[in-house]
Amino acid sequence: MSLTGAGSLPPLDVTRAPEGGEVGAVQSGWLLALREFTRNKLAVTGVAILLFFVLFSFVGPVFYHGNYLTSNLLATNLPPGAGEPLGTSNQGYDELALLMKGGQIALEVGFFAAAVAIVIGALWGAISGLAGGLLDAAMMRVVDVFLSVPFLFVVLIVAVRYGASVLSLSLIIGAFSWLVPARLVRGEVLSLRVRDFVSAARVAGAGRTRLIGRHLLPNALGVVIVNVTFQVADAILAIAFLGFLGFGLQWPNEDWGDLLSNGVTYLQDGYWWQVYPVGACIVLVVMACNLIGDALRDSLDVRLRRR
Amino acid sequence: MIGYILRRIGISIVVLIGVSIFIFALLHAIYPSPAIDVLGSRANSVTVAAWNKQNGFDDPWIVQYLRYMGHLLQGNLGYSYKLNQSVTSLFGEVWARSAYLSGVSLVLSLLIAIPLGVYQAVRRNTIGDYVATSLAFGVYAMPVFFLGLILIQIFALDLHWFSFEGSQSNSLVRIALDVHDMTLPVLTLTLLTIASFSRYMRSTSMDVLAQDYIKVSRAKGLPERLVLSRHLLRNACLPMITLVGLSIPNLLAGNLITETLFNYRGLGLLFYDALGNVDYNVLLAYTLVGALLTVIGNLVADVALSVADPRIRLA
Repeated sequence: MSLTGAGSLPPLDVTRAPEGGEVGAVQSGWLLALREFTRNKLAVTGVAILLFFVLFSFVGPVFYHGNYLTSNLLATNLPPGAGEPLGTSNQGYDELALLMKGGQIALEVGFFAAAVAIVIGALWGAISGLAGGLLDAAMMRVVDVFLSVPFLFVVLIVAVRYGASVLSLSLIIGAFSWLVPARLVRGEVLSLRVRDFVSAARVAGAGRTRLIGRHLLPNALGVVIVNVTFQVADAILAIAFLGFLGFGLQWPNEDWGDLLSNGVTYLQDGYWWQVYPVGACIVLVVMACNLIGDALRDSLDVRLRRR
Repeated sequence: MIGYILRRIGISIVVLIGVSIFIFALLHAIYPSPAIDVLGSRANSVTVAAWNKQNGFDDPWIVQYLRYMGHLLQGNLGYSYKLNQSVTSLFGEVWARSAYLSGVSLVLSLLIAIPLGVYQAVRRNTIGDYVATSLAFGVYAMPVFFLGLILIQIFALDLHWFSFEGSQSNSLVRIALDVHDMTLPVLTLTLLTIASFSRYMRSTSMDVLAQDYIKVSRAKGLPERLVLSRHLLRNACLPMITLVGLSIPNLLAGNLITETLFNYRGLGLLFYDALGNVDYNVLLAYTLVGALLTVIGNLVADVALSVADPRIRLA
């Protein structure tokens, strides 16, 4: 983040202190945050877990060809063994292959829904914060109204009808998750608008586009990026809820929630491989996103504190 | 003070009207008319049109909205065509069961999360703090149903201590006394809530611990017990009031899943069944109830905060 943009942040790195009228490298704010982030062991663990699941879900199927499409009634509920490292489901599907497929869906929906939420939220918040006055008040009341809509309920109701594909499900989840980013971005824009470096830029003759593009947006970006990670986690949880309740995607797009709800039926029979691996996947991915989000917030926060 | 509360109530009413319009319009757009559900899938278009006309489903949606709200204000939430019963009486049968489950869980989680958060903040970076933080972080990342499943596996299937199904009794007294059946649903919802509350409590307590008045009270020789109970707890609990108010939607969502998982007949399970049946009026009514509870939660939290914290009143 370039709070350093107009030199408001004295660079910590003494060797790179600006000389004369020279301004330190604009990137240094981001680099600082990155350094802080990589020092955080939990954050690195989070990134590693997330990377692992990206590889597992998208590259895994290239190397591992398990059957998740044709039911095989002669091979139902097999425990983990030579042919199936994680056993089979009640339909004779290969659990490991199902996990990979479910991982693709979870990550796709997670990131896409987060993207939808962030784009709507950032635009809404930025417009509201910049416009001010009556428009701002009206737009924020809309946010208040949406915040009072019980998220899971409406998402379930809409998903029952329209949530059959990865794309539509992401849009539905995203369409009801943009409120927090909208508030955050508005808050940022409101406080940035009156900062000295923005006034300085304005006095120096910067136009509206330059103000937004060069000063407001890059500075509000930190808040947005932190929020994206939490959005991804929430969206992955939301799709797991939908799948578990049976109102998620349609076959053959089985997500992790679907798998878990199938496995539940056999919990009493001790078919642990249908429940715990997939449960662990959900927890790990969501936890990884939360870890990354927390660390990002800390690393950006530290920088703010040093200011 | 009175002025602030009145203004706050006014805003809530405006928000409530907005929410109800949005939810009604949304559901109306998805399910324009329950005619097919009532008349059967083989009903021809003439019959459907006649039924719609007779029951007012061909009016503009805003007219239908106003009519619905008129009925709602008289305590009539519409009719469940699937269950052949008025939604009001359906809710009347089960609301207390949901209120019991959610209420007990909320109270328990506050009773545990607040001392836990303070403990973690005071003893931060010790083994105890690490264990509690890791557990909270794990549960926080866990979908409710998976948490419930683990509890069922351990306490119902392996140890046989508790039942894997919630109480089926209609009497609230029986339910309250039924430790065997109710422990796991309550525990699931409680752990879920503790996970988010204790994290928050820990961080606010740490903020408060860094304040000068804590240093002052320690410096003047106040026993640590009094520093914590009088100065830390009171101040750290202020943000918790807001958090509890804001946690209503999560509590309702958790309630929905917990009731479904433990087959505990409450509003959540009713909503779940309505989703499968496309029972329009039940879906609409419970979503509105959820929105109402959310708005009330925020309102009560704001008012309670202004009572507890005199500084807010100036705003």
